[in-house]
Amino acid sequence: MWRVGTVVALHDETATARTITLDVPDWPGHVAGQHVDVRLTASDGYSAVRSYSIASAPNAEMRVELTVERLPNGEVSPYLTQELAVGDRLELRGPIGGWFVWRAQQTEPIQLIAGGSGIAPLMAMIRSRASTGSTAPFRLLYSVREPGAVFYREDLQTLLDRDNNVGLTYAYTRVAPKDWPRPPGRIDAALIADATWPSNLAPTCYVCGPTSFVESAVDFLSASGNSPDKIRTERFGPTGDRK
Amino acid sequence: MNSHTYDYLDGNAAAGELSEIFAMDVTIAEAQCAHCGAIKRFAEAHLYMQAPGVVARCAVCEHVLLRFVKARQRAFLDLSGMRCLILGTSQLHKIVGRRSASY
Repeated sequence: MWRVGTVVALHDETATARTITLDVPDWPGHVAGQHVDVRLTASDGYSAVRSYSIASAPNAEMRVELTVERLPNGEVSPYLTQELAVGDRLELRGPIGGWFVWRAQQTEPIQLIAGGSGIAPLMAMIRSRASTGSTAPFRLLYSVREPGAVFYREDLQTLLDRDNNVGLTYAYTRVAPKDWPRPPGRIDAALIADATWPSNLAPTCYVCGPTSFVESAVDFLSASGNSPDKIRTERFGPTGDRK
Repeated sequence: MNSHTYDYLDGNAAAGELSEIFAMDVTIAEAQCAHCGAIKRFAEAHLYMQAPGVVARCAVCEHVLLRFVKARQRAFLDLSGMRCLILGTSQLHKIVGRRSASY
C-alpha cells in the first residue's frame, strides 16, 4: 500500500547526504530499524523504487525521517538530495521489515555496527532507546571514510553525554582526525575486540552497511564468539544503492 | 558480477515487494530450503535484485528459494525452492486482528 508523505524539513548531514523529514498523515507507526520503499514516477509513467531506512524513532507526530546518500550515477538519490524541496510530496510504502528491528522490551546488551550510511536504522534504535527511557546498554561502532562523513554527529553526542549506558567508537577508513589513536583503516579483529561487547554477555548485534562491510563485520563478530543467531544484518549492496 | 559473494542483499530487503502479495511480513517467517533442508529466517536469505525481478537464495547452500518477477501485466511467484514456510501464530492472529479492525 502506497502512502503520500509531504516534505516538511530538509537537513544536510554531509556534503553528499541529506535527511528528509516527511509528514505522513496516515502513518501506522514503525519500529526502530524498519525501512520504507520510496517510489518516484516520471511524467511518462516510468517509475523507480528505492529502499531507505527510517532514521527517526517511532513518534506520535507521524513524522518519518530518511537520510539519503547521493550516488554519483544514481537514478533516484540525486533528485532526493538536490532537487526535492519542502512542500513536495513523495510516495512511500511501509513501514517494512520485522526482522532487523529493536524493540524497547529488549533489555539485553545491544551492539550496533554501522558502515557509512548504514548508521540510519541504527540511529533509529538509539533514538528509540532514548525516547522510550530504555536502560538497555548500547554500544555503537561507526565506521566512516573521514570525519566529514559522519551523520547525526551532534545528536549522537547529545545522547552520549546524557547517558553513559551508550558507548560510541568511531573508526575511520581513509582519514582520521589529528592524534586519533587508531590509524585509518578498515575494521579488523582488534577493533571488534576493543569496541564491542564481550560475547559472553550475549549481545544482540545489528550490522548495517555495504555488503562487503557487513560480511567482514559478521565474520569478526562470529570469530570473537558471537552466535550467528544473535547477529542481524542489513546489507545495502556493493555501491550503497539500496536496489 | 559473476560472484555470489558481494552483490546480494538480505531477505529483509524484499519485504516491500512481497507485501504486494502476502498479508503478513514473510521476511520474519522461517523458510526451509528444499535443497539442503536448512531452516532460516527468510530475512536472512541472500537476495538478488539485479535480475528483472527478485531472487532469494538459501544463505547456507545458495539454492534458489524464491523468484518473483513482474512482466507483461502479470506477476510470477515461484516458491518451489522452499519446502515449507513456518509462521509464528501470533503473527497470524495479528493479521486477523488487523483485518477485522478495518471492516
